[in-house]
Amino acid sequence: MNNKKHRRVHEPFATVVKRDGMIWYKAWGVRLLAIALALCVCSVVLVVLTGMLGNVYNPIEIFAAMFKGNFGTSRKVWNTLHDMALLLCISLAVTPAFKMKFWNIGAEGQTLIGGLCAAACMRYMGASVPPALMIPVMTVVCILSGVIWGIIPAFFKAKYNTNETLFTLMMNYVAMQLVRVMIAIWVPSGSGILQAMKVGRLPVLFGIRPLFNIIVVAVLTVGMFVYLKYSKHGYEISVVGESENTARYIGINVKKVILRTMALSGGLCGLAGMLIVAGTDYTVASGSAGGMGFTAIMVSWLAKFNPIVMVLTSLLIVFFEGGASEIATAFRLNQSIADIVTGIILFFIIGSEFFVNYKINFRSHKNHKEV
Amino acid sequence: MNALAVISLIVVILSNSIRQSIPLLFGSTGEIITEKSGNLNLGIPGIMYMGGISGIIGSYIYEKYAAVPNAFFGIVIALCSALIGSGLLALIYSFLTVTLKANQNVTGLAITTFGTGFGDFFGGSLTTIMGDGGNLQLQYVPGYFKATLPFASKLGDVGTLLFSYGFMTYVAIIIAIFAAYFLNKTRTGLHLRAVGENPATADAAGISVSRYKYLATTIGGMIAGLGGFYFIMDYTGGSWTNGGMGDRGWLAIALVIFATWKPNFAILGSIVFGGLYIAYNYVSGVFSMLPNADRIRPVVQECFNSLPYLVTIVVLIITSMRNKKENQPPQSLGLPYFREER
Repeated sequence: MNNKKHRRVHEPFATVVKRDGMIWYKAWGVRLLAIALALCVCSVVLVVLTGMLGNVYNPIEIFAAMFKGNFGTSRKVWNTLHDMALLLCISLAVTPAFKMKFWNIGAEGQTLIGGLCAAACMRYMGASVPPALMIPVMTVVCILSGVIWGIIPAFFKAKYNTNETLFTLMMNYVAMQLVRVMIAIWVPSGSGILQAMKVGRLPVLFGIRPLFNIIVVAVLTVGMFVYLKYSKHGYEISVVGESENTARYIGINVKKVILRTMALSGGLCGLAGMLIVAGTDYTVASGSAGGMGFTAIMVSWLAKFNPIVMVLTSLLIVFFEGGASEIATAFRLNQSIADIVTGIILFFIIGSEFFVNYKINFRSHKNHKEV
Repeated sequence: MNALAVISLIVVILSNSIRQSIPLLFGSTGEIITEKSGNLNLGIPGIMYMGGISGIIGSYIYEKYAAVPNAFFGIVIALCSALIGSGLLALIYSFLTVTLKANQNVTGLAITTFGTGFGDFFGGSLTTIMGDGGNLQLQYVPGYFKATLPFASKLGDVGTLLFSYGFMTYVAIIIAIFAAYFLNKTRTGLHLRAVGENPATADAAGISVSRYKYLATTIGGMIAGLGGFYFIMDYTGGSWTNGGMGDRGWLAIALVIFATWKPNFAILGSIVFGGLYIAYNYVSGVFSMLPNADRIRPVVQECFNSLPYLVTIVVLIITSMRNKKENQPPQSLGLPYFREER
């Protein structure tokens, strides 16, 4: 009797075991379930919050508004697609570095510095240099600036093993300050706002402003998929990410891969910055990247670093952000509700990965009687 | 300028730096404790917002329903609500990263998104929700936190330098000193460091890795939340502006590196950062003598604002180049621990 009691105390209620790999449709089932649960929680939160502010709406009304906010008019559809394309572009940029387990959280800064260079090019060359020459030069300059911003932390990581997460994080703020400095130089009035520039803009196709950017990003998506999956570089990235020791053993130059991959990552961010500044905004501000550098990390991670799946995950995030901000306007809530909703949905999706990767075995009573 | 005036000026600069430093000190002490358990919590900015807004919500409700607001209850209620708010958010982080083994960077960023959104939402809508409308401004409670010792103003420079702050300032310094003692001199602190350096070894030695990670992250989050709380109650005096806390959360994370994961260094480091924050105000005089000063001044100001980050990068590089054991980040920082995976 005593013995039995003793055993019972020491057998845990549940144990966690790593799965060998879940079949893809089951894994997506788990994720969809998580999103559904997150939506339930969000609708409760929204109903309570609108209720507290004196208006009672039912959740269906709220989600209808969300849908309308994203896809209500053709203009809104283009905007949604465009936001998605920009987020996707930055997500593609951070992906190779993440796959290598290089935690580049400096995409915000790398994008911003690209945007800043685009603004500088527009300002100094837009009026004097013909577009056919100016746009390629601008593209090169922007990509190079992103490369520099990305390769500095990578250099120190490769040489001295400097913590890249913290380094890239700090580089974001240096970039933001640099933008503010340049704006202070460019704008003599001291207002801190750079007016939209008329020259040096990227071409507008078929009268639809976002179309050019969307096409560029679509090409990049396919390119990145092929690069990661079928090229030798992509293979090297995967090996370094799985195990640096293995990589060294099979003769991969790890330092070179780190530098090359971060150059690619930073360069794409720089390009994204150019698309933002020269493609749509025509101006630059310290908030031009709008936190997308951080959101991109989640987009890339949620898609398990697969560029094609990232199309879906970036749409998901953009849908909720755009939808929540529509709700805010429609139901007279504060705009920050978008961040609350996004946060809740992210919590659920992040949590759901556990159930995809691990299995929980509960203590079975049958076993007990036998021992 | 005579010697006395110089001393007074230095005292004023120092005391203003200290006022700027306290949110950073709370934030970085909390983050140091968290990181010592191997959790890199990038949610600190969100948690600081959460601490600030929960403190405001608690105080607002207290002010609305208390017949005669009283200092003791005001302080207790405000502090408790701040601790609960930030603790809960840190608990969500711990649950996701420790129990559900999620990626720490992604989780931390999600926490920051949620926390800043929560703060700005209620900061903007609290008065409407409570049926009062208008701008959010607390009446009594911030006064309790800003109160200084009665004799402080009579002591001249010494009083300004040492006694001119609300009690939370001293709390921040005491917590930092205690955290340094705890981490280096107690057995529990040793266990905590072991968990952050090498959880598998700690586990084998019979230390409950999950429990240490949970406790360190939650308590660290609560301490960091006090940073946001101090900023709202003492620094701004009980009002909320969207994004008013600025980049202080990220600066707190920067300060952790600057202090090489030592809370006692963080005290000095936070004063240096606080000084860098306000340094421009004291050198602006020099630039106003230059020709076209109006053009140059904002440029120089923005350059100054980037100093804390540049200094942090330099410290990060130097510590990794010197590669001294005691100045490194905890070895398993940012990695999840799963017993079966060694």
